[in-house]
Amino acid sequence: MTGPVITVTHGVVGYDGRPVLRDVSLTVSAGEVVAVLGANGSGKSTLIRAVLGLVPLSSGEVTLFGTAQRRFRQWHRIGYVPQRLGAGSGVPATVREVVASGRLARRGVLRPAGAPDRAAVAEALAAVGLTDRAGDPVATLSGGQQQRTLIARALAGRPELLVLDEPTAGVDMASQEAFAEALTGFVDGGGTVLLVAHELGPLRPLISRAVVVHQGGIAHDGAVPEPAGHHAAPDHDHVHPHGPDEPVGLWSS
Amino acid sequence: MSLFQYDFMLRALVGALIIGLAAPALGIYLVQRRLTLIGDGIGHVALTGVGAGLLLNRSPVLVAVVVATIGAVTIELIRARGRTSGDLALALLFYGGIAGGVLLVGLSDSTSSNLNAYLFGALTTTSRTDLVTIAVLGAVVLVAMVGLRPALFAICHDEEYARVSGLPVRELNLLLAVITAVTVTIAMRAVGVLLISALMVVPVAAAQQVTRGFHSTMTMAMALGLFSAGTGVWVAATANTAPGASIVVLAIGLFLVVTLVAALLRAVRRRRVDGGSAPVAEPHEVVLHR
Repeated sequence: MTGPVITVTHGVVGYDGRPVLRDVSLTVSAGEVVAVLGANGSGKSTLIRAVLGLVPLSSGEVTLFGTAQRRFRQWHRIGYVPQRLGAGSGVPATVREVVASGRLARRGVLRPAGAPDRAAVAEALAAVGLTDRAGDPVATLSGGQQQRTLIARALAGRPELLVLDEPTAGVDMASQEAFAEALTGFVDGGGTVLLVAHELGPLRPLISRAVVVHQGGIAHDGAVPEPAGHHAAPDHDHVHPHGPDEPVGLWSS
Repeated sequence: MSLFQYDFMLRALVGALIIGLAAPALGIYLVQRRLTLIGDGIGHVALTGVGAGLLLNRSPVLVAVVVATIGAVTIELIRARGRTSGDLALALLFYGGIAGGVLLVGLSDSTSSNLNAYLFGALTTTSRTDLVTIAVLGAVVLVAMVGLRPALFAICHDEEYARVSGLPVRELNLLLAVITAVTVTIAMRAVGVLLISALMVVPVAAAQQVTRGFHSTMTMAMALGLFSAGTGVWVAATANTAPGASIVVLAIGLFLVVTLVAALLRAVRRRRVDGGSAPVAEPHEVVLHR
């Protein structure tokens, strides 16, 4: 089975009548590692959210593993890594509990977790180097470690396709490298990757193709473009903080 | 303990214990969702059901379950659409609910003490039939909330991820809304419409001061709920206080003790490491959409 894993055909997405993606077409084949690049607000995150069905297309079509997204039900084949862990609510959750959520796509809602589930969770935690933090509340982890928790959650479901939204934005170097290592393991195992990035960093050697989104359209589809301007400086530290980490407790919001 | 040789006291105790166990089991999801005060709102709506039941000479509790369920589902639909006007819609629903309840109770032949029983709880008047209703519905709440914990945790923790996992997010959200309505209605017997949220939320708030995970928070919250319900009924019987208020005051007392102990432990631990600053407190609010 070497058919396309993802196809987007003439995809159009608009928020409140304002077009964000105009007539985008994209194909990702099995085994590819495709990076979607672009400036903030270019529509690159919207593109992958549309692929996953999190935002509706106003016209065009998306297929996943050869099935129209509307009728696609094999969600266990896809691992999604969002940009950031949802805002904490104060109810603590351990790293292991969050990663275990990744098994639900395979297990379903009603079946309780069994030995294979626990083994997959342990393996995913090891792959991102968080085994020793498994029992800690996620809110006490650094941003990079939280990001690794999210990739472990996606890996725990043993997906064939990983979709990542800015996985390394604002993440420390050690976590970026652990992240790249986990991703390498996944790709070596035959996995397909679609990731949105502002900056490739240590992920760069992994990328087989780059798609540049500019003003809602695809401006480039092919080799990874060379960094230009101040982005090209070897010591350029491109970090987008998402605001300070908030204290954990009853009143934190 | 000779107090509990009376049947009505025994029924009150058993009813309170079931509710003390079930309310936090649901409440933890509401707290995680930041819908802490939703129980309060649905309680207001349930009051209209009580009024309608009294007026129509039907079981007020059963009519209240139906009306509260309709209210809860409406609120969930408003929340899911993420409309900015949702806040206002909620306010209309809440005040409409309580006004409708007072109006309908007034129109029926019941006395104002009857209204009071639903506003503040009337545990000692729990009949055998009431107890059966509480036990059956309480069991449904417990089985659903404990049995579906992984899925409900995933949805309350990260709804988009749950959608990409192929979970039936809309159905589970509606289930949560219906279970909230059911819990509110059975808890109405114990603590009354005005104190329902306390039983759902306060044990969870207390537990999460000291726990590290979701599972342990849920277990501890249920234990605290059970303890305050049991002790509350005993205190009420001994000191001749209102059972509902006693349960809630005890739960809040537990919360204060746990918070104080946790803060002391943290301070001691911090002093051993270095002198860190205390976290800034900011109050919870009702948030309709994330």
